[in-house]
Amino acid sequence: MSTIALDRGVRHGFALAWRGILKIRKNPEQLMDVTLAPIILLVMFTYLFGGALAGNTDAYLQMLVPGILVMNILQASMTAGVQLNTDVSKGVFDRFRAMPIARSAPLIGAVLADVVRYVVCVVVLLIVATVMGYRVQTGPAELLIAAALAILFGLCFCWAAVFVGMLLKTPQAVQGIMIVLIMPLTFGSNVFVGTSTMPGWLKAWADISPVSLLSDALRGLLNGGAIAGPLAGSLIWMAAAVAVFFPLAMWAYRRRV
Amino acid sequence: MALAIRAEGLVKHYGETKALDGVDLEVPEGKVVGVLGPNGAGKTTAVRVLATLLRPDAGHATVHGHDVVKDPRAVRSLIGLTGQYASVDEDLSGTENLVLLARLLDHSRAGARAKAAELLEQFELTDAAGRAAKTYSGGMRRRLDLAASLVGNPSVLYLDEPTTGLDPHARNEVWAVVRRLVANGVTVLLTTQYLEEADQLADSITVFDHGRVVAEGRPDELKRRVGGQTLQVRPTSLRDLDVVHRILGDLTGVRPTRDDDTGLLTAPVNDPVLLSTLVRKLDEAGITADELALRLPSLDEVFLALTGKQNEGSLV
Repeated sequence: MSTIALDRGVRHGFALAWRGILKIRKNPEQLMDVTLAPIILLVMFTYLFGGALAGNTDAYLQMLVPGILVMNILQASMTAGVQLNTDVSKGVFDRFRAMPIARSAPLIGAVLADVVRYVVCVVVLLIVATVMGYRVQTGPAELLIAAALAILFGLCFCWAAVFVGMLLKTPQAVQGIMIVLIMPLTFGSNVFVGTSTMPGWLKAWADISPVSLLSDALRGLLNGGAIAGPLAGSLIWMAAAVAVFFPLAMWAYRRRV
Repeated sequence: MALAIRAEGLVKHYGETKALDGVDLEVPEGKVVGVLGPNGAGKTTAVRVLATLLRPDAGHATVHGHDVVKDPRAVRSLIGLTGQYASVDEDLSGTENLVLLARLLDHSRAGARAKAAELLEQFELTDAAGRAAKTYSGGMRRRLDLAASLVGNPSVLYLDEPTTGLDPHARNEVWAVVRRLVANGVTVLLTTQYLEEADQLADSITVFDHGRVVAEGRPDELKRRVGGQTLQVRPTSLRDLDVVHRILGDLTGVRPTRDDDTGLLTAPVNDPVLLSTLVRKLDEAGITADELALRLPSLDEVFLALTGKQNEGSLV
């Protein structure tokens, strides 16, 4: 691809991301899943499990926050599929497709606009966690890197959601599949409990799951501890997610529209 | 004359349904061709193929010489599309919608704003520029949709049922806009279920039914093909009705249809010269008429005759 074409593609992607951001601003209730949902999860799990699992809620909170951040970003990234499924059936998508722009531009625009949602998610979670007593043990640089990693994770895994969103006919069907996929992916991990007491088959998965690896990497970055191993593992997962699901999403999109 | 759009043997199946069953279509540059047909006749499918949104199963089509399948990008840079349902973003304001499209067409930030303002002005939407499109009336939304399809200064414009669902006032506004565009040299392919709309706007009409072209020609040609003209006369005084009835009957050789309430007499004719004869005869008898006309059949009658069925869409 020539650099001029790439430059135009990026510009079109950003123009369409601007549309997505305008739409978020006009329908702030769309942000519910990155504001209210994380707060409820955090409060509920901290006080529900904290005492039983870690002896007290403060210690549990320290372990839980990085993991619940990953969990929420993953959930937030899955909404992209539902929203695109609705959006693509509207007349305005026909207009985009009848314009001399890259076919992928509307998808890339939608995914880029979601960065705003991820940022809101990270900020809300960290503020609420801080109010509840969570403290970042490292420094601002580590905090920024951790936030960036979480957002990047969302950007990579959202292509799976886009794929499902383009494959299935109705937003309801997409929503249903997403819940089925998300539940084992987030709970079958080390977000809530360590993996040592899990049965072998579950431990085997939970130890290498992308959610566990990134949670560990963020724990290292925010609380101190090993970073390199889990970080490398999560970066491999992210690259793999894009490599597999971006082409699939594009294929399903072309087929759909 | 150079052709803006040329389609040959377009076929598109959806399972068992043949949405297009071998359609040929030619639209000369700068002209308006109306595609007329009931719901499900294949009009929208044809537009979607010509707008590169849909691949035909067979046949091919070109826009200004560019193949819609092989060179969709070139086609997309030439066309503007106004869908059956207003295809603007409902959440965005008029300005935001147009700025977005202008940015996608590589206008600079300032250039995009200027283009949006210019189009909003042209379509009398300046006062509503900052409001979300979903708050617009049907007519305003359709005007915004039209404005949106013009951001790229297209030389070929597809209008897919541009006035479906609009009230007569809003419909007239859209018609006025289309006429203005055509005056500026834009080629228009218009689909409609409304026979009057095709009659009003189109230089030539192609009638679709079940994915096939069942007739084409200029509106008056189509009307003539379907059948003769009718002479209509309404004497000023109802007392003259019997005399005029007799004169008209003698002249045409058939019994005229007579409406005693309105005083209107109608008789089919095959020779337009009869109109002047009738005028002379009425004159000799000292009868004046409120209404005297040689009328072509309405396009509704044309459609009925060509497809053998009523056009559901036009029975208003």
